[in-house]
Amino acid sequence: MTSKRTEIIADDKVPTITIIREFDAPRERVFRAWTDPGIYAQWVGPRSVTTTITRWTARTGGEWAFSQAVHGADIPSFFGSFHEVRAPERLVWTFTWEGAPDGVSLETMTFEQLPGDRTRVTGVSVVDSLEGRDQILKSGMDVGSSKAMRSSTRSW
Amino acid sequence: MSRDQLSRVFAALADPTRRDLVARLSVADATVGELAAPYDVSIQAVSKHLKVLEDAGLVTRGRDAQRRPVHLEAQVFDLMTKWIERYRAQAEERFRRLDELLDRMATDEKRPERKTSHDQQTDRDHR
Repeated sequence: MTSKRTEIIADDKVPTITIIREFDAPRERVFRAWTDPGIYAQWVGPRSVTTTITRWTARTGGEWAFSQAVHGADIPSFFGSFHEVRAPERLVWTFTWEGAPDGVSLETMTFEQLPGDRTRVTGVSVVDSLEGRDQILKSGMDVGSSKAMRSSTRSW
Repeated sequence: MSRDQLSRVFAALADPTRRDLVARLSVADATVGELAAPYDVSIQAVSKHLKVLEDAGLVTRGRDAQRRPVHLEAQVFDLMTKWIERYRAQAEERFRRLDELLDRMATDEKRPERKTSHDQQTDRDHR
């Protein structure tokens, strides 16, 4: 149970957020859950949010975008490029929240096969400043406010 | 909290041993010796970790000259914990949904006809 808990690491010197989580599934399946739009849309947002994929070309050089709605009301959406799709081990994309259109993070997900058909996913997001990074971490704090609701949908 | 202090807090909490120390101090104050006992490391090593936590303002040392108990500064810790823990909890919530989906995908993969009907069904369930 402990090993399944999500781990978050915020580096002191570089503006990154590292997130680590293990799954009870082989990595081909976990990779598919990250790259199949029909599946990705089902888990990427909080439960109260409906996610609709609007563009999705999961190949190196491709693009993606999804829009979200809370209780039927549209909230700022997300878009980016697939920088690299290397099944089933590595996925790199850019990530922009339309609410802060000049901001972009580079997100690298590594899928590591563990014994017993388990998979460890390590995601590293790099943003352009420590301040921006801290803002992202801080954004989820006041859950329930519409602002927090928007930002709480940002992570993968 | 200043940016510098915030950065020190982030750095202090990035280490698993220090996070463990903080978790134990959230229960009660403790001496360095008490804190070092469960670990396979020297008191000096634990003291170094405590120094990092102290520089970040996360812990203070008591005045009692003999014991100098380590005390967790809850208000600093609370703020940081809220940020990171909230962020973590949101990710964990998503990943639990993904756990369930991965289970269902396994069932689908065993069926001769693997199809999206179940995805669409689930989509409707979420609306």
